[in-house]
Amino acid sequence: MGYPHKPHPRETPVISKHFGDPEARSLAGWKARGGYRALEQALAMPPAAVIDVVKNSGLRGRGGAGFPTGLKWSFMKQDDGKPHYLCCNADESEPGTFKDREIMRWTPHALVEGCAIGAYAIGAQRTYIYIRGEFTEPIRAMEAAVAEAYAAGLIGGNAMGTGKQVDIHVHKGAGAYICGEETALMNSIEGRRGNPRVKPPFPAVSGLFAQPTTINNVETLTAVPHILNNGAEWYKAMSLSNPKSTGTKLFSACGNIAKPGNYEVVMGFPFRDFLYDLCGGPLPGRKFKAVIPGGSSVPIQTMAEAEATLMDYEGFVAQGSMLGSGGAIVLDDAQSMPRMIARLTRFYAHESCAQCTQCREGTAWTTKILDRIVAGHGTFEDLDTLLSIADNMTGKTICVLSDSCATPVVSGIQKFRDEFEALIAGRRSSTVAMGGHAVARAGASA
Amino acid sequence: MSAHAEDARYEPVFVGERRKRLDVILERYPTKQAALLPALWMVQEARGWVSEDAMAEVGAALGITQAYVKGVVTFYTMYHQHPVGKYFIQVCTTTPCLCSGADKVVDAFLDHTGCKELGLTSPDGKYTVIEVECLGACGFATPVQVNADTIENVTAEKVPEILAGLK
Ligand SMILES: Cc1cc2nc3c(=O)[nH]c(=O)nc-3n(C[C@H](O)[C@H](O)[C@H](O)COP(=O)(O)O)c2cc1C
Ligand code: SF4
Ligand code: FES
Repeated sequence: MGYPHKPHPRETPVISKHFGDPEARSLAGWKARGGYRALEQALAMPPAAVIDVVKNSGLRGRGGAGFPTGLKWSFMKQDDGKPHYLCCNADESEPGTFKDREIMRWTPHALVEGCAIGAYAIGAQRTYIYIRGEFTEPIRAMEAAVAEAYAAGLIGGNAMGTGKQVDIHVHKGAGAYICGEETALMNSIEGRRGNPRVKPPFPAVSGLFAQPTTINNVETLTAVPHILNNGAEWYKAMSLSNPKSTGTKLFSACGNIAKPGNYEVVMGFPFRDFLYDLCGGPLPGRKFKAVIPGGSSVPIQTMAEAEATLMDYEGFVAQGSMLGSGGAIVLDDAQSMPRMIARLTRFYAHESCAQCTQCREGTAWTTKILDRIVAGHGTFEDLDTLLSIADNMTGKTICVLSDSCATPVVSGIQKFRDEFEALIAGRRSSTVAMGGHAVARAGASA
Repeated sequence: MSAHAEDARYEPVFVGERRKRLDVILERYPTKQAALLPALWMVQEARGWVSEDAMAEVGAALGITQAYVKGVVTFYTMYHQHPVGKYFIQVCTTTPCLCSGADKVVDAFLDHTGCKELGLTSPDGKYTVIEVECLGACGFATPVQVNADTIENVTAEKVPEILAGLK
């Protein structure tokens, strides 16, 4: 749902509190809403103390992997005499995910402030906010906010008059999902092809320009000023299920659902209520069939699994999936699962950087077989072949894009095998039944 | 800049104001090469696409070879290596948008622009239509990017009106 929209009474708007309020976009408006108090406070603390607050809050990365943020920051050696860098990952290209876009559009200063605090904590003189090239409006908003923060002396060579150097620059990407992978993003900033790097070395040892580097997601960094303002205990207390998942999280919902959009809830919120209450349930006359809950790279859930899920890192795992980036793709009973999965693997085939054989060949081959099944020309052996390819694509490559392509195939065949078999047996062709030919045509143009 | 010699009509991009802007950008990075993506963006904004001559100019400005620049240009989908229509229309058809009817939006754009096929420019030079992977706006299906603007919630029915607004 677009903004402005009123939060649902069961939402807990922290990060999204000022979404839809145009006045919150300017520096003056942001300050009037409490902005930059947290930065001022942080700059008066030793960096290690800032890291401790974030550690104690239990904040975990919102970009996909859920790594504890304070711990990640503590990997940066203080005072090693080297230049340090902070990268803010605003590449947001995971299908189903569109939360960072709204943070940057509506509250750009919240992200500037979060970046400045993070940079100070890890001793980074320079921060790059890497924003995907298609995000023209978020880029304009972030560039304007950074310029305002410089002009007001909040950041720069003498941030808030403390003598600390906190430089922040916006770096515009140029179209490549893989640049959201942390080391590919660093290569992209360095003016290279966006190929992921072999790890180790890890970024905290040798990252951007071969210097110690930390990378964090937009939403992760935006949570930090709230934690400093209200305290680690306040954040930690926002947890409905597992104490290892704390705070609020912006979840996106899209696909066949009555009210798609972003909703901010406390970790551990029941997924059932999220889908039926906050997002308004299915479209009229339809029934939900499946959910891919954490962006397209996580296992598909059946509705029984989804309805039993508590929305936190552990809760999604307990029900056969992962929280990922928190973008739920909902599919209803009018959709053909093989067709929807085929389009997803086509995405990964298009986005593979092609360094690893398993990924380059596997994503393309998988897509070819799935397209064949969707067109009604599949065989039962194709299903075994798909699973065998998926096995060869998992856990064997430089980055996990390859695994991400295998995931919907494996979980799809496991949980919706009857739909694949029906197509193969010739009972129904997805392309004909659904009246669509985008998949076939995309093949022609790829 | 050997390619410049081949085409005497090539006019350099990085002169005057644009050269100054590039110098400001160079200050932001510890290496010159890191200004490559921003420099290519400046070329595309000025010329609409990135020609071989432009790659040579960018390489010379940043101390890297034309071949290296080309290697980077070809990795990223947003740099045009050929001229495109005045309105470059990108329709997202990744799964969340496909399940919401994005394929019908693609059809409508092809029909109403006179573009015969995806990726081809209409005979009047006005439109190029392509399918694009997830635009990061899946809750507003179907998002369509027209040059630098994103239009949300596009349906096949709205396409004629959207095209009429592009004057
Ligand atoms: C193929 C791929 C794409 C990714 N895309 C993104 C992305 O668009 N945004 C993001 O924040 N993280 C993305 N990640 C995760 C990042 O590599 C990294 O884990 C994250 O930015 C760390 O930030 P966090 O600890 O704050 O979550 C991606 C990972 C992979 C493997
Ligand atoms: S797994 Fe795929 S995307 Fe990742 S590095 Fe290998 S080829 Fe590139
Ligand atoms: S799938 Fe179309 S915008 Fe994400």
